[in-house]
Amino acid sequence: MEVLKIATAGSVDDGKSTLIGRLLYDTKSLTDDKLEAIERNSKKKGYDYLDFSLATDGLVAEREQGITIDVAHIYFSTKKKSYIIADTPGHVEYTRNMVTGASQAQASIILIDARKGVIEQTYRHFFINNLLRVKQVIVAVNKMDLVDYDQQVFENIKADFEKLNAQSSYEEQKITFIPISALKGDNVAQKTDAMSWYTGDSVLDFLEALKPEQEELTAARFPVQTVIRPKKDEFHDYRGYAGKIYGSSLKVGDAVTVLPSLTSSKIKSIEFFDEQYEEAVAGSSVTITLENDINVTRGDILVKSDEMPHAAKTLTASVCWMDGKALIPGAKYEIQHNTNRVLAKIDSIENVISTDYSGEDASATQLTLNEIGKVNFKLSKNLFFDNYADNKAGGSFILIDTQSNTTAGVGFIG
Amino acid sequence: MSKILKTNALESEAIYIFREVVAQFENPVLLFSGGKDSITLVRLAQKAFYPGKIPFPLLHVDTGHNFPETIEFRDKLVEELGLNLIVRHVQDAIDEGKVTEETGKYSSRNMLQTTTLLDAIEEFKFDACIGGARRDEEKARAKERIFSVRDDFGQWDEKNQRPELFDLLNGKIEIGQNVRVFPISNWTELDVWSYIEQEHIEIPSIYFSHKRETFVRDGLIWSASKYVYREEDEEVLERIVRFRTVGDMTCTAAVESDADTIEQIVKEIKVSTISERGARIDDKRSEAAMEKRKQQGYF
Repeated sequence: MEVLKIATAGSVDDGKSTLIGRLLYDTKSLTDDKLEAIERNSKKKGYDYLDFSLATDGLVAEREQGITIDVAHIYFSTKKKSYIIADTPGHVEYTRNMVTGASQAQASIILIDARKGVIEQTYRHFFINNLLRVKQVIVAVNKMDLVDYDQQVFENIKADFEKLNAQSSYEEQKITFIPISALKGDNVAQKTDAMSWYTGDSVLDFLEALKPEQEELTAARFPVQTVIRPKKDEFHDYRGYAGKIYGSSLKVGDAVTVLPSLTSSKIKSIEFFDEQYEEAVAGSSVTITLENDINVTRGDILVKSDEMPHAAKTLTASVCWMDGKALIPGAKYEIQHNTNRVLAKIDSIENVISTDYSGEDASATQLTLNEIGKVNFKLSKNLFFDNYADNKAGGSFILIDTQSNTTAGVGFIG
Repeated sequence: MSKILKTNALESEAIYIFREVVAQFENPVLLFSGGKDSITLVRLAQKAFYPGKIPFPLLHVDTGHNFPETIEFRDKLVEELGLNLIVRHVQDAIDEGKVTEETGKYSSRNMLQTTTLLDAIEEFKFDACIGGARRDEEKARAKERIFSVRDDFGQWDEKNQRPELFDLLNGKIEIGQNVRVFPISNWTELDVWSYIEQEHIEIPSIYFSHKRETFVRDGLIWSASKYVYREEDEEVLERIVRFRTVGDMTCTAAVESDADTIEQIVKEIKVSTISERGARIDDKRSEAAMEKRKQQGYF
C-alpha cells in the first residue's frame, strides 16, 4: 500500500491535537479501547471535551506537563493510503524536533489560528519547511467556527502568508490553503456546508489525491550499505552491493562510477531477494552487481557516470544544532553523509538566523541548541556530495559528537 | 525480461535498517518470540541478505509459560532456514535467585524476562538487539527511535534520545551500551498481516481460530492452563478463539473469532474496533506500564 509521511507542527492552542484526533476519528482509526482510554483520562483531568493529545503524548512527563516534548508518530489509513504523521511541538525550543519531523515528510501541515493570523511560530514553521524543501505544504487555517466562518478572515491570512512566501527561493514548493474547524470537523475529513464559499478540497481529500510521482526526480545515488558475499559454493564469486536507491531509477546496463575511487563499470544485475529486475525505482532497497570485479566497500556511492556530484575537502551548509553543547569554530565532529563517515572541523560560522526570522546575525561566534545557521567545514578527506536543493540524499548529513556519540546536528549543503 | 521493481516503502525501509545494523554493529542478535512480528522480521532479514544467509543469531527469552504451538513453530522455522537459535530461560534466573516468581491472581513472568534478556546481552556481548516492536502498538512505543540506545543496565532514557533525520542512522555507542533496533517501527498491525498474506508467510496455529479451554476475567478471555492462576469461581468453558498477539500464556488474552485463514484475519482486523494491545494483560497494569518496563530494559 502507498505510504504518505506527513509532518505537523503547532502548539496545543492551535488545535493540532484536535485536528489529528479528528482525522483519526473520522477515518475510524481510533479503536474503542483507545477512545475509551481518552474519555476516561480526559474525565479524570476534569476536561469537558476529549483531549486527543492524551493519545499521542506517550510519556509520563508529557502527560504531567500537558505538552508534547518529543516527536510522536501517528498512524492511520484509508482504503487508498497509509498515513504516518510525525507530530511535533511548535515552540522555538523544539526547533530540532520540527526539523527531524520535516526531514521524513513528503507533505507538511502548518496550522494557523484564524483569530491570531500569521504569527512568529508561522514564520518558523514555514522557514523549516522551506529549508528542508518539503514539496507540499498545507496551510490549515483553523478555528474558522470562532470567526463565524468569515471568508475575509481566511483571505487576509492567505494574503499575509503569500507575502512571506514571496521571499522564498524554493519556487517549486506547492502551498495549499484550507479553512477548517478541527473541533467541528469542517473541511478536515470531509467538506461541510459551513463554508460554501470555499471550493477546494478538504485536508484528507487533498492528501488522498497526492501522488508519490510528484516528488522531484533527481540524479540517481546508490550509497553502498554492505557487501553481500555468500559463503556458498553456487555463489562462489558473487559480490552484491546492498543499498537503497535515491533520486531516480537505475537500470541494468547503466554506466556507473564508484566514488570515491572513480573506477567505472556497468550494472550487471539488479536483484531483490530471489528475483532479478531490469530496472528499480528510487526508494527501493536492492542488491546490485557490477560487470567488473572492482573494489567497492561500505561508504562508497555508485552514480551514473554522466551525473557526477561535487567533490571537495571543504563544504558550506545550513546547520540546525541539536545538542546542549554549542557548536564553535575549531571543534571536530564526525560527518555521516549517506553511509560514509568523515572527520570534519568547524572552520567558521558565517551567520546565525535570528529566532524571530527577521534576519541573520553575521557576528555570531557559536550555534546553540535549536539555532539554525550557515557553517563552513574543513574535511579530513575528499567528499562527494550534492547541493541539498538539487538532491536531498546527496546534500544532507548529520554531525556526530566524537565523545558522546550523540547526533549533535544536521546539515543541508549549499 | 523487462521487469521494473516497484518499491514497497515499508519493506524497503525495514531492509535498509537491517543492512545498517549489520554494517554498524559487530555482534547483533534478533530477539525472536515466535510471534507474527518477529516471524515477519525473519522474512525481511532473509530478503536483506539474500543470497547470503541471515548474518546473526536469533535469541528467544523463554518464560517457560509459552504456548506449545509457538515453540514447535520456532524450532521448525530455525530448522528450515538453517538459523542459529539461542534460548535463555527465565526459569534459570528464578533458580539462581536473581528474580522472584510473582504470585497471586495476576502473576506473570513477563516482567522477569528483562533480567534474562540483559544477562544474555552481557553473556554474548550483543551490541544490537533487533526487535519487532511497532510504534502503533502503544503510546510509549510511539516515541521510540529506530536505533534506540540503552545504557549498560539496559535502561531507556526517553527524554534524551538521538534525533533521527532522513535515513541517517547513528549507531555509535560506548562499550557496554547496546542499541535496540526496530525495523518495523512504522508498520501497523494491518501492514504486518497484509505482508504475511502477500508473502505467504507461515505463522503458528494459535493465530487461527481454534477450540480452547478458557475463562473470562476483567472482560478478557484467558487460557486455562496450569501456568495461569485461576480463582475457583472463574468458570472454564470451551470457546472458539484465536490470538491477535502472542506473548506467553499469562499475559496474552484471546479473542472470539472464526477467522481460520490469513485472508479472514485481514478482513477481521480491518473492521475491528479493539486495538491489538487491548488483549495484552501486561499493558493493563497502569497507563505508563510500557514506559516503566522500557526504562528497566524491557524491549
